[in-house]
Amino acid sequence: MTSILNAILVVVLVMNLFVLGASRIHAVIRIVAAQGALLGVIPLLVSEGLRLPTVLVVLATVTIKGVTVPGIMMRALRDAAIKREVEPLISRLASTVLGAGAILLALLYADNLPVTGPHAELLLVPASMATVLVGFILLTTRFTALNQIVGYLVLENGIFIFGMLLVEAMPLVVELGVLLDLVVGIFVICIIVNHINRAFSSLDTRQLASLKE
Amino acid sequence: MALFMILLPLLMAAVALAFPVGRGRPWRPWLFPFTGCAHMALALLALAGIWPESGGVWFALDAPGRIVLLQVSVLYLCCSFYAVGYLRTRQESPNRIFCACLLAFLGVMDLVIWSQHLGVMWVAIEATTLLTAPLIYFKRTRESIEATWKYLMVGSVGIAVALLGTFFLAYSMVHVGPDAPLTTTALLERAPQLSWPWVQAAFVLLLVGYGTKMGLAPMHTWKPDAYGEASGVVGAMLAGCVTSCAFLALVRITHIVNAAGGEAFTSRLLLCLGLFSMAVAGVFMAAQRDFKRMLAYSSVEHMGILAVGLGLGRAALFGTMLHILTNGLTKGVLFLSAGNIHRAYGSKNTDQVRGVLRRLPVSGGLFFVGFLAITGSPPFGPFVSEFSILMGAFAAGRFVIGGAFLVLLMVVFAGMGRTVLRAVQGRAPAQGPGAGSVGPAGPAREGLLLVAPPLVLMLLVLLLGIYIPEPLRVLLQDAARFLGAQP
Repeated sequence: MTSILNAILVVVLVMNLFVLGASRIHAVIRIVAAQGALLGVIPLLVSEGLRLPTVLVVLATVTIKGVTVPGIMMRALRDAAIKREVEPLISRLASTVLGAGAILLALLYADNLPVTGPHAELLLVPASMATVLVGFILLTTRFTALNQIVGYLVLENGIFIFGMLLVEAMPLVVELGVLLDLVVGIFVICIIVNHINRAFSSLDTRQLASLKE
Repeated sequence: MALFMILLPLLMAAVALAFPVGRGRPWRPWLFPFTGCAHMALALLALAGIWPESGGVWFALDAPGRIVLLQVSVLYLCCSFYAVGYLRTRQESPNRIFCACLLAFLGVMDLVIWSQHLGVMWVAIEATTLLTAPLIYFKRTRESIEATWKYLMVGSVGIAVALLGTFFLAYSMVHVGPDAPLTTTALLERAPQLSWPWVQAAFVLLLVGYGTKMGLAPMHTWKPDAYGEASGVVGAMLAGCVTSCAFLALVRITHIVNAAGGEAFTSRLLLCLGLFSMAVAGVFMAAQRDFKRMLAYSSVEHMGILAVGLGLGRAALFGTMLHILTNGLTKGVLFLSAGNIHRAYGSKNTDQVRGVLRRLPVSGGLFFVGFLAITGSPPFGPFVSEFSILMGAFAAGRFVIGGAFLVLLMVVFAGMGRTVLRAVQGRAPAQGPGAGSVGPAGPAREGLLLVAPPLVLMLLVLLLGIYIPEPLRVLLQDAARFLGAQP
């Protein structure tokens, strides 16, 4: 079980680098959707025995992270008819290198935190921190609204990975609440994105600069 | 009780959403006063302990929660009447979503106040972000889109960081034993055994996360934009209610970390962020021409004061708890009267807004008196609470902190006074360039519904400055004792 889980986490880490390096926004959204769906399966591997609440969470996560949220975003993309290219502040190669550095940093830092017995051999803690850091890189170096949402989703994915350490400790009701908030959040954000597009005829957040000191 | 209080506003929100009404019968806004009154009655019952609590482990009212519940209920009640008057002036824009969000917002705030489960509390705070976004966007201008976008993005990222912090805190408990619920009581019981590296990391993340929602500098960047573009009543809700709820979350977290033996650690971080927020607010207020943005920086300053009070520990806790009340209510006065001024002049820039005292005697007067109150002039409530925090600092032997606190308060007074005096004094321009500036330079009409709520709030603030009723004093002392007690 441990080796399968670690293999999945490595794939997730590689996907982080792909997100940073991808040049077209469609590809970026698809990679993040795949990442989310892959993560959704992890509760099955972590928890002992197959229980109904676990199955429900897995189904909800895979549907929401893998289908619903990317669906909403693709739709916003189509409605807004925006440029397809990712326009980063720093070049894609540089941000990929930065992402690799973040992964290294996470691996080093995670060594300092005490982890209980059954979790000792898992990569959950470093994978979570690395994904959170990659989310921050995306949020700060991309200018279009949809790209920033992608950054937010990657950040959420990182937090979700950490949540796997707590499958036993946190009631699943709360996790469903978190998922619901995520969906509603993305939904509201996408509505705003459409309004931004209509009012500014662009999704470049650099144009949102009339309110300042 | 808890469920009843949470579900009542949500039910009303569903009612507001479900029934479309024609322009002829605008009854929908009257749902606010109804909900506000019912909620106030329920809150008083809960505070008096008449209604037995039966919320289980997840829902209970702790001592600091009572203070916030009281403040939120009073402010919401006053704002609910104002909202009716406000929506009357904006009959042309559809208000279905606005009403539903403003009603549901009260329900999720109750959820924050009642929830003792950190996960549930997080969900509720995230929900307040989502529900207030459409409220900020109500005017549908380019500026309000920009403000909403920044509010949503910064708020969501902050709250995501808080979720990671909550998970860290939960994981620190896994070391103790696997089957413990993530409730404040369970965490407090097991506090000494929690894994310290995780607790430490969790506190930093939670401080950043909930600090973003409170608007502590340097995570305050969304605040001037959101408060500047939101209408007066929404601004009052954001500055008086959302920030209090976020602060309540921070109070609960700090209490747990202190119990785990991290008092020196939390105190240092809170004092740093608190004083930095006050300084940032002072700097940006000095040259501020937009009076609504000025109020936003005032909110940043007062969040800083609350953080300093919490960081000072036991001696300042009574003042901090009182400051939640006085700051929340005074912010109500300021934002509601600022909304009236903004509407009458069609501008919120002090280049155009002049002579408010002549043109809008009541709103202008309230705005000016509110300014005196919020900057800590006697005999108003904030003076008492700020003075109490200051005395706490000196009693604890933190003379440098106390001195810096005092200097920053004076800087803010000077900066804010300049903008406010510019607006209220002088003669009103005969015909301003703004779209809404109608009528002659003489006094304009001020509707009762738009003036009475801030007036009532102002009187309450004055009352708190002169005399604190005995039941309230007991509540405040309970809260201070609860938070200051050593395990």
